[in-house]
Order: sequence, then structure tokens, then C-alpha cells
Amino acid sequence: MSSVKDWAAPTPISENRSGLIGKGVDRYEGRLKVTGSAPFAYEVEAPSPPAYGVLIASPLAKGMVVSADISAAQAAPGVRLVWTPHNVPAQGERGAKINPRSQRGSNPALAPRIEHFGQHVGFVVADTLENAKAAAALVRFTYEEAPADLIFEDNLAKADQPEGEEDVRVGDFEAAFAGAPVRLDETYVSPLQNHAQMEPCATTAWWEGDQVTVHTSIQMVKGGQHTLAETLMIPSTQVRLVTRYIGGGFGGKGQAYDDLTLAALAARELGQPVKVAYTRQQMFQATIHRPAVHMRVRLGAQADGRLDAFALEAVTHCRRETPFTEHAANFARSLYAAPNRLTGHRLVKLDIPAAGPMRAPGEASGMLSLECAMDELAEQLGLDPIELRLRNEPETDPETGKPFSTRQLVRCMTEGAQRFGWDRRNPKPGQVRDGRWLVGLGMAAAIRGNFLLPAKAGVRIDADGTITLRQGMTDIGTGTYTILAQITAETLGVPLAQVKVELGDSDFPPAPGSGGQFGAATAGSAAFAAGMNLRKALAELAIGDPNSPLYGDDPELVTFGGGNIAVDNRAEPLERLVARAAPEGVYVEGSITPAADARDYSQHTYGAHFAEVGVDPDTGEVRLRRMFGVFAAGRILNAKTAMSQITGGMIWGVGTALHEYNEVDPRYGSFIAQDLAGYHVPAHADIADLSAMFLDEVDDKANPMGIKGVGELGIAGAGAAIANAVYNACGARIRDYPLTPEKVLAALP
Amino acid sequence: MKPFTYERPGDVSTALALVAEIPGARFLAGGTNLVDLMKLQIEQPSHLVDVSRLPLRDIEDTPEGGLRLGAMTTNSQVAADPRVRARYPALAQAILSGASGQLRNKATTAGNLLQRTRCAYFYDTTKPCNKREPGAGCAAIGGIYANTAIFGASEACVATHPSDMAVALTALDAKVETQSGSGEARVLAMDGFHRLPGDTPHVETELRPAEMITAVVLPPPPPGGQIYRKARERASYAFAIGSMAVAGGKVALGAVAHKPWRAEAAELALTQGASPAEAMAVELKAARPDGHNDFKLKLMARLGAACLTTTGAGDGQ
Repeated sequence: MSSVKDWAAPTPISENRSGLIGKGVDRYEGRLKVTGSAPFAYEVEAPSPPAYGVLIASPLAKGMVVSADISAAQAAPGVRLVWTPHNVPAQGERGAKINPRSQRGSNPALAPRIEHFGQHVGFVVADTLENAKAAAALVRFTYEEAPADLIFEDNLAKADQPEGEEDVRVGDFEAAFAGAPVRLDETYVSPLQNHAQMEPCATTAWWEGDQVTVHTSIQMVKGGQHTLAETLMIPSTQVRLVTRYIGGGFGGKGQAYDDLTLAALAARELGQPVKVAYTRQQMFQATIHRPAVHMRVRLGAQADGRLDAFALEAVTHCRRETPFTEHAANFARSLYAAPNRLTGHRLVKLDIPAAGPMRAPGEASGMLSLECAMDELAEQLGLDPIELRLRNEPETDPETGKPFSTRQLVRCMTEGAQRFGWDRRNPKPGQVRDGRWLVGLGMAAAIRGNFLLPAKAGVRIDADGTITLRQGMTDIGTGTYTILAQITAETLGVPLAQVKVELGDSDFPPAPGSGGQFGAATAGSAAFAAGMNLRKALAELAIGDPNSPLYGDDPELVTFGGGNIAVDNRAEPLERLVARAAPEGVYVEGSITPAADARDYSQHTYGAHFAEVGVDPDTGEVRLRRMFGVFAAGRILNAKTAMSQITGGMIWGVGTALHEYNEVDPRYGSFIAQDLAGYHVPAHADIADLSAMFLDEVDDKANPMGIKGVGELGIAGAGAAIANAVYNACGARIRDYPLTPEKVLAALP
Repeated sequence: MKPFTYERPGDVSTALALVAEIPGARFLAGGTNLVDLMKLQIEQPSHLVDVSRLPLRDIEDTPEGGLRLGAMTTNSQVAADPRVRARYPALAQAILSGASGQLRNKATTAGNLLQRTRCAYFYDTTKPCNKREPGAGCAAIGGIYANTAIFGASEACVATHPSDMAVALTALDAKVETQSGSGEARVLAMDGFHRLPGDTPHVETELRPAEMITAVVLPPPPPGGQIYRKARERASYAFAIGSMAVAGGKVALGAVAHKPWRAEAAELALTQGASPAEAMAVELKAARPDGHNDFKLKLMARLGAACLTTTGAGDGQ
């Protein structure tokens, strides 16, 4: 196994001779997407005319499907098949695995036992979508209803420790808190939120012999391939899963859904390609969501602001049968110094759709609590909120004592304060007016973990010089195609136009996919390794070729640049070498694994958010006036896509603070909002003046390129900066997100 | 999905005849609401008669000094018209506060008045709704959805009318001109055009079957200030949680009832010397919040007082 020490050496990436690393190059697939010609899963052309599937949802939250009358639906025009729990073909039992190396278990559809409102209980395939929809309305079910636990707040008393988890304690929190001269004890609530991706879950499936090909929208190609193989009870070698483009994932498409299972099953049954997509309503009712979290924060400080005692305890919820914990307290374990610490989670099991990861799981809701609590404590102490944080800046990880790989939180705050004009903030709330608007400023810190997972990549060079990177990685719209092209081009010293990137195919060397802001570092490091291996292969090829100007040279002296392979002033273009010495092309693979000593460091990305809001005292409406963030997240691969990621995260944070929430109807177990008119995320008009900057940083403990993830950091803390600005504007401290006009108005005098 | 046919007649009388003759036929204008509802199978017309290109697309001066807005004028067109902007600023403000630019380019004056409620339970076809299926019951009553009526609700329906434009038209005392297949033309006052739900919430306006709106007529602008303000959960592309139009001494409230709510009690109080806040308090005395939408009382009291203060509606009466 490698050591992080191996990663400090100079590389083509750190040398960056052609300057491609960090450059804001345009999206690799941008033209296809803006011209509407990038085929998403539902639009992929099948080898023969497809049939169309429609899913039927349960109107009950809990119970059993007793019977189903499908006769009218079967007789309807164009109908090819009608499935219910009683006649759906056999599938692997939930979670079962028959393939020894499966990463995921079976995910059967159309179970008779209903575990949440909107669970699919029927499936109709017809020659057209319209006929399938019409026939679906003709299926008559009888149900047996069972009592259900639907409302989080009503079931808080049933909260339990998540299985296999314990609270993390350092020192004696209770004693230190009791003895602290300045104390804060408040509970903050983050609501249930939906991913609300633009592209619904969708699959196009067809069979050739015993081989199934599925084009689907999933963040993890291998995970989807294995799930489908287990569900169909076939070897995963018989499943080819392809995800070329994803129209929004955000963690919600980290797993397979019924569209994948039923499209594949129906295509097999009918001997015809089948397309299945979720409706907008099904995207809300039958996928996962970010659960609501109740977060109790207790802070005990000395009069000078130094924390003696710190606790964050989070209670959240999940679906009864699929445990998932929103780890809303984890981020706080590495944020501020305090000798006595307590963090932990409790879980309430409900009969509603499954909770699951959503962009920055843990941080996105968790930081809404502590970063407001710090603002409240600063006011109690008469300290500036930045000063309070500076006084609690740890030298090493405050929980484990491990050294930080890099940590520029202080610089993020101080640099941001200066550029934003933080000194113009009046610490007394409600003092600044602009017309009818009450104006306030707020800030919050940001922290989000950084991860590296095992991955592979393959790269080939053809006789015409084209270099093709292939990886079972996905691009969920973040710019993965683009950065992989940059890494490959820079590693091999060729122009960007010479590189092709092919992603999202289970036949390609595996990568873990997109999630947890590990994608760029993980897939990128494997691509870099593959590129380095190709350099080696080409160097050997040239040195061993009597017709090469490099014949017999020392491989250590070989350089790559300008499309050439060279030693000193002897050079030739790569395509000339390959055409002559390896006309069939050269293909190599590379891989990355986490370093053995990576866990000896506390490794995170950091940032600071600054927000200015206006509060309308007539209506309680809050409008963002400007927002600025400063972030430190390792070496930046692409100035444009990284900025889009980080500002996109900040915008999501605005939504978290002001707009996004869903509620469960206590009578039905269904969500109130189930379309994009009812579920509000920020519109353009909500984001007036929002920008960010990155600090220079290379984290040589992170991976061979010194990069880190930026996909989730932007959300972390962003909403708290808004809530703190609302308080500063109008004096209303609202600890129940989002800060809707209704809540703000109620809090206004 | 129920199959349907489509046709685009070239003149008003043909359009009227088609809808009168074909069972289940409906007029299609901008389609920004009807087509959405068809996708959800909430509306299931058998035949669509596209009236969007009929010659009802002009904005004309009336001899009385007002404006006639053709039924098929688009929301964008009306909001941008210099005469509307100069003389009916509350109308321009109301239109521009609704929907999005793309939708306003398609949506028409007549269609805006006929858009259906945005009540979450109306859209959720797994729940009972007396608008969708008369007699089925109302899931919004006893539910937790809060953007419901505080005025004029019934035991059958607590939905609100979602239009911004109609609230301004109500304060401006506009008239709706219609025509029927029989050739009969009618003029309906804006305030009487929409109905309260009563026990027939599926009947939303005074339009008769196969009757078509041909124009909306604005009287000369009233003396005094005008304003439209809208409170909503995000800065754009969200329906009102409360809104208010003031035009001279006339006041209308939005998102509080099954129709644009003419605040006659407030108007009267203002003429009797009440302050803006007092006038709103008088109006809101008749409100019947349901425990979930109580915030609308404070919202309308404050928003209303602010609008009346801005326009000077309470001054010098």
C-alpha cells in the first residue's frame, strides 16, 4: 500500500506545464447538453421500437395488497402486460446476494407488503405511454390497511441509538457544561427536503440472448449493475449498465429504483425494449429524501469565549425497513476546540419513504445548528462571531488530536471578512434600513470531509494520436468529463482536443461513481495513474524502437509535452510513434487506493460564508441581497466547473435557509409538495449577487494530485449565514428552518 | 390518458359553435394551466378548440377613456403596454409578479381568469377533492396545507384563486365581456365573475357552458394611487400567500378566498376616516382562519396597511 508521503513528489499535474490544470475550460459535453442532443437514459434509442411502462402507486402508507383486478387493464388498447404483487416474475429477495462480489443486494419491485405511501404496487406496459397510463387507471386493488407511524415530531419518544453507533465523548461534557460561566442550550430544526432533480429516474432496457443492456440514471454504475443482477438473480456479467448523462442526482440517484428493475424484467418478458420513467410525483413519493433533524446544541464557554464544553445531539428519522442515519453531528467533531465534547445521533423509524443521502449529508442540515449557536453565543459574550471562532480554532483535530492535512479556515474567515466588508456589520440587530427593508449581515464557517476511494481507469492511444480515457465513472453534471480530459491531457502533454473521455459504462474499469464529493479526487487519481502508466508504456515503446529518435535512451529522461515524446531535443509526435511501433494502439490501466496512513490526518475542506439579507417587515419575506464565500479545497482542477459547484452549493444553502421543505400529511403519509411548483428551490430572482473565491492550496495528503472535492462544501454552513443575517436584520432568531415569511412574520414584533 | 382531438378554428363564431356542439370540448388558449392538468388527468377534455390565434389579440382605447384587452392578449403584452403601465400600474405590477417570463408569453388575459386553484390537494389525485369530483369531499379541510382561504370558504372547499392579475382587475373595477354560441353577448363585473365555493366548488365562475370571454374592459383609471404587492415564499415563480391591489379607493385581496376578494369593509372604513391599519382590521374581522392559515391575518393586516399608506388611500377622505 502507498503512503501519503509518496504523493508529495512533483508530477505532471503539479508541474502543470501546459497550464491545463486549474484552467476554466468549457464543459466537455456542454455543447451536447445545451443543444439538447445529449441522450439521457429515457431518450436513448433502443435497437427496436420500445414499449412503455407506467408505475402504479399505493395510496396507503402501510398494509397489504390483498387482491388486484387487472382484467380491464389487460383488455385496454395497446396493453402488453399488467403486473401486480401477485403476478410479477420472481425476483431476488430484498438485500439477497448470489454473486460473491456484489456490492449491492437485490431490490425487488411490487412487493405485496406496503411500507410507505407511493410504494409501487402495479406496473403496466403498453405500446404508447398514453395507453399505459390509461390502462394503469383501470387496475383495481383491494388493500388491508395497517396503522402507521408517520410524523417525526409525534414519535420523538421512540428515538433510538442507531445500530452499531455510540455517542462520542471526550472529557466530561456534563460537568464542564454545568460549570461554564456562559452557557447556551438551544434546539434547531432542519426540515425534510427532497432532491427534486430535473431528470426523473428513468431506464431504457433491452435483451440480447441472456444479456441485458440498461441505460439508466444512476450515480454508481457498479452499484446499479450489481443491484439489477441480484434482483434478476443472474450473474452480473450478464448485465451491462450505462449512464452517460445524469440530469441531477444529488445523492438521490445513488441507488437503483423500480424503473430499473421493471424495465429489465418487462423487456425480458416481452422480448422487446422497454422504457420506464418516474413521474414528477413519484420522484417525491417513491425515491429517497433528506430527513428532518432536531439538533440540540449546548455550548459552555469562559467569559473570553473559549469553549469548555460542546455538545451536538441530533435526532433524525428513517424508513422502518431501511435504516439510514443523517449524521448531522459528525462535522462538529473536527470544527472547534473544546476539551469536553459530546456528539451523537438518535433515530426514529417511520412508515414513510426512505431517508437517504442528499448533497452534503450531515453537514447540510447539521451546520444549520452549530453555526447559528456560535452566532448566538458570540452575542451573549459581546464578541464578533469571527473573533469567537478564532478563539476556538484548534491546532490539531479537537476530537482525535491528529494533525490536519491542511486547514485554512481562519484565512477563509479573515479574507472573506475583508472582501465582503464585514466591518460594516452593526452587531445590534434591527438597526439598518434600506427603504422598507431591514438589512442585516451574517456569516458562518464551512467544513466538509474529503475522501478517496479505490478506483481504476483505462486509457488508450490510437495510431491517429487520439487518447481515450474510459472509466465506469459518472458525470452528474458536475464537470467530471471535463476534469478527466484535463488531467489526461496534462499528464500526457497533449492538447485537450486530442483527448476523448468515455464514462458511465459497467464494461469500463470501475470507479465508485459520484457522491460524497469524492468523485474528482477518486476518479481523477485513477485517470492520472492510468496516464502515468501510458507514459511509461510509450517511453518503453520509443526506447525499444530502432526507428525512434529516442531509441536506447534512458527511460527516466523521457518527457512529454506539446504532443511529443522527447529526450532533450530529440522528439517525435506521439501519433507517429504509435502508428509506427504499435499501429493497433496502446492500452493501459491505472488504479488508486487510499494510502495506508491517510487516516493519520484529519482531512477536510473548509470555507466561510458571508451573507447580506433584507427582511420585509410587512410580510416577513427574506431576500438575499448579496453573498460571498471563501473556500480552501486543495488544488482546483477547473476554475469554471469548481466555481459552479461551489456557488451552486451556496445557492442550495440559500434554499435550505429560506425555501426548501416538505411535510408529511398525518392522515395519508404522503408529501404535501409533489411537484416543482409546490416544492420551492431558489429561482433566479432569489440569487442576486452571489460569488466565491478559492484560496491557493495543495493537499499532498489527499491524493497524488493534491486535489479535494468541492461538490458539497458550498452548502455546508451556507444556510446558517443567512439565518444569522436575518437575525442581524430584524432581531428574529428563528431556529426552525426554513425561514419562511410565515415564521419570520410570527417572530417580528 | 383519455384520447382527445384538437382543432384551430379561424373565427370566434366557429369556435363557439364547436364547443357548444361537441360534448366535452374545451377552449384552449395559452395552455399553461389546462395542459398541465390534462397531464395529471385532472382535466380530460375530448376535444380542444384552440382559440389562441383568434383575432382577440389587441389592446384598444375605449371611448370612455379606458382600455379593452382582447381575450387572447398575452400577459407579457398587457404588462408591457405603455398605456397599461402609465394608467394601470397595479395591473402591470400584478401580471409581472406572476409566473415566469416564458409562461407570461403564452398565458392570456382570459386564460388567466380561468386558471384553477393551486391547492395541493386539487393537484393530488390520490386525495378527495370536491372540485375534481363533486361530492368526494375535501382533503384540504383537516389537512396541513396552509395556503387556503380565510374568507368565504365553505364546508366543501377552502381553496383560493391563484391569479395575481385578477386581483388587480378587481380593484380596477374591470368588466368581462363574453359571447355565447347563440350570439348572446354579456358583460360581467370582475367582482361578480368568480364565485365563492358554496356547495358547488367545481363551478368557479359565472360563465355558462360554451360561453367565451372575448375581452376584459378597464374603466378609466380611478383618481388616486395604485399598487399591487404580493407576498410569496420565494422572489419569483411562486404563487401568492397573500396579495393586495389598491386602485384609488378600491381594494382587493389575493390568495385569501376562492375569488379575488373585494375588501368592501375596508373601503367603507377608509371613506369614514379610518387609518390604513384600522381599515384592514375592520376587513379582517370577517376572516375565518382554520388554525393552519392564521398567519394570513397578520400578513394581510401589515401588507394591507402598507399598501394603503403607500397609495394614500386613507388620506383626505
